[in-house]
Amino acid sequence: MSGNIQLLSDALAAARAEDRSALIAYLPAGFPTVDGGIEAAKAVFDGGADIVEIGLPHSDPVLDGPVIQTADDIALRGGVKIADVLRTVREAHAATGKPVLVMTYWNPVDRYGVERFAAELAEAGGAGCILPDLPVQESATWREHAAKHGLATVFVVAPSSKDARLAEITAAGSGFVYAASLMGVTGTRASVGAEAQDLVRRTKATTGLPVCVGLGVSNAEQAAEVARFADGVIVGSAFVKRLLAADGDLAAGLAGVRALAGELAEGVRKRS
Amino acid sequence: MSSEFFLPDPEGHVPSAEGYFGAFGGTFIPEALVAAVDEVAAEYEKAKADPAFAAELNDLMVNYTGRPSALTEVPRFAREAGGARIFLKREDLNHTGSHKINNVLGQALLTKRMGKTRVIAETGAGQHGVATATACALFGLDCTIYMGELDTERQALNVARMRMLGAEVIAVKSGSRTLKDAINEAFRDWVANVDRTHYLFGTVAGPHPFPAMVRDFHRVIGVEARRQLLERAGRLPDAAVACVGGGSNAIGLFHAFLPDTGVRLVGCEPAGHGIETGEHAATLTAGEPGILHGSRSYVLQDDEGQITEPYSISAGLDYPGIGPEHAYLKDSGRAEYRAVTDDDAMRALRLLSETEGIIPAIESAHALAGALELGRELGEDGLILVNLSGRGDKDMDTAARYFGLYDTDAAVEADTDAAGAEIEGDAK
Repeated sequence: MSGNIQLLSDALAAARAEDRSALIAYLPAGFPTVDGGIEAAKAVFDGGADIVEIGLPHSDPVLDGPVIQTADDIALRGGVKIADVLRTVREAHAATGKPVLVMTYWNPVDRYGVERFAAELAEAGGAGCILPDLPVQESATWREHAAKHGLATVFVVAPSSKDARLAEITAAGSGFVYAASLMGVTGTRASVGAEAQDLVRRTKATTGLPVCVGLGVSNAEQAAEVARFADGVIVGSAFVKRLLAADGDLAAGLAGVRALAGELAEGVRKRS
Repeated sequence: MSSEFFLPDPEGHVPSAEGYFGAFGGTFIPEALVAAVDEVAAEYEKAKADPAFAAELNDLMVNYTGRPSALTEVPRFAREAGGARIFLKREDLNHTGSHKINNVLGQALLTKRMGKTRVIAETGAGQHGVATATACALFGLDCTIYMGELDTERQALNVARMRMLGAEVIAVKSGSRTLKDAINEAFRDWVANVDRTHYLFGTVAGPHPFPAMVRDFHRVIGVEARRQLLERAGRLPDAAVACVGGGSNAIGLFHAFLPDTGVRLVGCEPAGHGIETGEHAATLTAGEPGILHGSRSYVLQDDEGQITEPYSISAGLDYPGIGPEHAYLKDSGRAEYRAVTDDDAMRALRLLSETEGIIPAIESAHALAGALELGRELGEDGLILVNLSGRGDKDMDTAARYFGLYDTDAAVEADTDAAGAEIEGDAK
């Protein structure tokens, strides 16, 4: 079975056709439990997310702030395995028919086996992968296997990326481009970085791929602000915070993430 | 490049343009750091070609660090080494008490050249943190040191030294609360503050160019020792021995001997409570290739690529990774790596103290234990060079508890087991 890169592109195109940004939600697999994480993914789709990124938790999440570190830690202590991550992708996609990506660090994929991981992710119905510590110059092996299995390779670009570098990255990427709104790790911020709009503009000058903005977006107002200039709005820590705040009450946590997805889905439709 | 102490890029041993030593190395970093790491690499290339940089660094090495460091023969200690002669390269006599100052002064000068005003660093035993805080005091740079919470407890003296020097010390509470976690937190800081901040990385790991650059700043160790030993013993050693955590003092010692194929290069890893117990930090002995902190090398990890928590009595060696050049030297067979337990290292620490009046760091004591073992293997004609990478002042509390050297129970508080149960228990 081939991966769902086309489904991903279609979802982004559909949002554009509605003159709005797509809403992309991030949730770590295995958090608060494997089954709870699957339900959370379904709930954010139900609330209005267009695309979900499933985090494959890592022991050393150097790009994540305290919120996602805490969730990763809970998931790993709970014994989450790559098989559980793939089951999360499979069930979230099967229940909704919507595109699901995996976001993780490179070592788990490298260790599991690049071909094996790509084949199994595609077989589970995955649409692609975001590997934020695998820069473009180290990515040839991954891209070869991702392409073979119909998976998108979503690269991250940062405000510090120079124009020539942006062109190199977007030429190698597929699906969409993940524009980091600011220089920093994941986590909610009071405001979205002012550099985000400039980065989207510079990125779009190099590619026809959709450009989606993540890092620091946590509420409908910020989503609307970003939606004015980005093809997609990516929200992670704010969802994880809702689940953490429920403190073990899964039903309350699911209601929380569904409600947040609903608010953000309204936000991405208020781009003007 | 001709200069006495700064000796970069030995012909034939540089990494590839992409920073690879064979299959190991590379640049596995977030995009947000690519420009900063490229800037470090470019500035280092410019600095290497600039005689003023070498001149300033050489002046510091002589008049601030106190180079060249001594070479000391230790015959009373060597009695337990099967009759082999043992010489110690005395990096413990450098200003700040370890080899770490060699790299720190080089990168501090580089920080100034890049116009950055703030330095961050990780530290395990505190030696790199102290050296970095020292250089920042010297050059008027803001300084933040990340240190695992466990390490701030077992190396409390060095925490006080860093604060005395004006540095901010942040105790990292995540993960195993040791060196690995301190590096994670330093990377998070760097991503957020990269405009004005240089990450003064303390070992020969990390993304390119750090493994090669940090090695270059430490090459002076082996170059001096080789020359000193030829003068004193009239020949090259049978083996050059060093402890390896991340691997900076070892690569500094080994590099000058790479072309001398008759010289065995022996790295001593921390076996902790024993490899078979799983409580160790012997990355090259028990690890598998993987990616940690920006480069591909050997890593202690499980089947799914999660990094496993290391253990060593020595905070400076308590790390689940290793510099990529060591991985390359291991696979090529040019260097060999053996594992030394906590107990063997502590025995060597006490033996050197009592026979020679030199109290080594617990890190360096792993190399001393390895040298005793090698000496017995080599026999009477053996000649061994050991890098004594640091002094043991910082370890007195750990050692006093381990050996039961405190007079009163109060000093040991609730520690009922004089063999260091509290310290070991905390490290799990």
